[in-house]
Amino acid sequence: MTTLVYLIPVALFLGALGLVGFLWALRSGQYEDLDGAAERILIDRDDKADQL
Amino acid sequence: MSCCAPDAEMALALNRSEAALPSSQEIRLASRTLGGDLRQTELSVPAVHCAACIKTIETALGKLGRVEGARVNLSTKRVSIRWRGDEVPPFVATLGRLGYDAHLFDPEADGKDKTLSELIRAVAVAGFAAGNIMLLSVSVWSGAEGATRDLFHWVSALIAIPALAFAGGIYFRSAWNALRHGRMNMDVPIAVGVSLAYAMSLYETINHGEHAYFDASVSLLFFLLIGRTLDHVMRERARTAVNGLARLAARGAMVLRDGGTRDYLPVGEIEPGMQLLIAAGDRIPVDGRIVRGASDLDCSLVSGESTPRSVAPGDMVQAGVLNLTGPLSLEVTAAAKDSFLAEMVRLMEAAEGGRARYRRIADRVSALYAPVVHLTAFVTFLGWMAATGDWHRAVTIAIAVLIITCPCALGLAVPIVQVVAARRLFEAGVMVKDGSALERLAAIDTAVFDKTGTLTLGQPRLINASSVDPAMLAIAADMAAHSRHPFSKAIAAFAGLAGQPKLEAVSEHPGLGIEATTAGSTWRLGRRGWAGWKARTGDEGKFGGHGATVLSRNGMIVASFTFEDATRSDAKAAVRQLKDAGVSVEMLSGDIANACGEVAGILGIESFVPGLLPSGKVEHIEALTKVGHRVLMVGDGLNDTPALGAAHVSFAPATAADIGRNAADFVFLRESLLAVPLALDISRKAGQLIRQNLAIAVIYNAVAVPIAILGYVTPLIAAIAMSASSLLVIGNALRLQALGPHTQARSTAPDRRSGIDALAQSS
Repeated sequence: MTTLVYLIPVALFLGALGLVGFLWALRSGQYEDLDGAAERILIDRDDKADQL
Repeated sequence: MSCCAPDAEMALALNRSEAALPSSQEIRLASRTLGGDLRQTELSVPAVHCAACIKTIETALGKLGRVEGARVNLSTKRVSIRWRGDEVPPFVATLGRLGYDAHLFDPEADGKDKTLSELIRAVAVAGFAAGNIMLLSVSVWSGAEGATRDLFHWVSALIAIPALAFAGGIYFRSAWNALRHGRMNMDVPIAVGVSLAYAMSLYETINHGEHAYFDASVSLLFFLLIGRTLDHVMRERARTAVNGLARLAARGAMVLRDGGTRDYLPVGEIEPGMQLLIAAGDRIPVDGRIVRGASDLDCSLVSGESTPRSVAPGDMVQAGVLNLTGPLSLEVTAAAKDSFLAEMVRLMEAAEGGRARYRRIADRVSALYAPVVHLTAFVTFLGWMAATGDWHRAVTIAIAVLIITCPCALGLAVPIVQVVAARRLFEAGVMVKDGSALERLAAIDTAVFDKTGTLTLGQPRLINASSVDPAMLAIAADMAAHSRHPFSKAIAAFAGLAGQPKLEAVSEHPGLGIEATTAGSTWRLGRRGWAGWKARTGDEGKFGGHGATVLSRNGMIVASFTFEDATRSDAKAAVRQLKDAGVSVEMLSGDIANACGEVAGILGIESFVPGLLPSGKVEHIEALTKVGHRVLMVGDGLNDTPALGAAHVSFAPATAADIGRNAADFVFLRESLLAVPLALDISRKAGQLIRQNLAIAVIYNAVAVPIAILGYVTPLIAAIAMSASSLLVIGNALRLQALGPHTQARSTAPDRRSGIDALAQSS
């Protein structure tokens, strides 16, 4: 029982961390161009990143 | 020079868009201000295909002056460009040089998809909650007792709150909406079941009870949200693909002011009495009367005529026709909202009937299902009250009945099949606007086709090339290369023979033809009366058809050309397959009877009606509907749009007019007309699977409900039963992927090639 007192919060915290991470990724537009992201890995980057 | 073969399905769109590149005024009009003088333009570039394309485009655009940055989105095949200043940098020309055709699309289309992100967030929250609660539940099922069980229940209750509020909100809102309008949908039993299950579990938890259904209520939401999200993603993909097609209506026009100044105004601001300049290759934005200039107009999208019409000052023209050969000055006679186009929209709205009345299978089932389920639960409650008098026990069992019958499988039964079907159609280049279109398509028994642009490509083809002297044909082809008249393009396709005299002083006479000189002779290619001005009788070319086009040398006719409207590839096979599937095929056209008869003969269509006005097509379809037929309409023109709206279900090719594409339930991107029988086949199979899935759901209930009524359901049994039925339904839906893959292979292989051919011709 005493182990549960910290194990459950730890488990929930880790789960919540994953959830927040996913929501953050969603918000920052990382799911907007999945095909592009897969292809872009093949592009050699020039000295400065091409960002928009 | 795109790195790899561009998508065949997009090649067709490119082929038509070549004529009208967006002007810089148009791009400016469509751009979005980001603050300061920074602007953002979104272009649709259908040919973007791989990493090399991305790199080529981004570097080339980035090097242009005043461009801050460019980023390609490969999923949506778009480029967004940020730029500064007043002058628009030459994006489109730069992309064109690289071999990518670009076009603008509706600015409203780039609004972020709020529903999708809400759905995905809801799935994430529900998934998190369902996972954690299930973990705690497993410990309860495996024997946690006393204080530990209470603790687990309390933690579950806490986790479930955000999930119900956030993820469940979607269902509560939808259910409330339905109830408020006195309707029933699948969301009503879901909302009732989930919220009652939560309330009952909370009560149990407070009273140190044994059975809590937090896991059931949250995982139910999770499963259902997955189905809903997939459904939405599929429709969204279809919508984006259709939006990315070249826009065929003009966005604005050059207005000639009294003082001689020129302004580019959006269509909405053009008023009657203004004078417009229409360059060759532009579409006419509003109805008007020609003041100056002569030209040939391509009316195929407006009236269905396949032969271009030549016009002179004084003639009236309708919005939507394409100006082919010469610049025109136009006096506006009607504002955009009163133009032909708007008239078509009104007709379409008036005609919309079959679709609005149609009720989706899921809604029809739930209208029956929800009352039955709620009644069963209520009767169970009464029964247990009468039998034991223990109201707590009676309520618990009644709610267990609600949970076990909560239509998890039923909620997935229909959408999951439609998602799989839409995916298969997407792979074959057919976009489905929504699931109800698939249900409606499965029910049709009559298919009505438009002729020009649908059964035919709307592009003439030279059919007597073999009987024309090759030397003359070569000269004609050289001359024709200077014009964008459809007949010229057809002749120019025969170029390639070397050794003919070199042409000098080529000039195009709009509405008449092309004139060129070689050493000592004057050649004319065009109308018989104009080119052969010395030939009196005109019986040199008695080939019939459209044989009014001739090549002359110093006024004497030396060759005559006959054209026919090329039929769409596989049109004949498509018609035959439809007939085999038990669908009667008809053709409705605005074109003359002769042209219709020829096409009908070639394709094996027995019944056709020529010379129809847009309202005539609607009346014909309404007449068929009255007799009890379910009509599929396939059409591309503005004049077909009302008919597309009137039909039970409708198809449009990618080359259709903008409003036609928006009105149609299905848009097929490839050239082959086999898309129609393929979609019919898939929709019928999908209908079959939907019925199977509903049967599975009913059988599941028939087994589970008695167990629940007798009070033997525990949270563990509920969790297992619900997951098992959902998995069964999903597995059954996936069988559609495997059913008859050979039909698809047959239909894609040939038109991929022809799509690339079309691209090769256009570049």
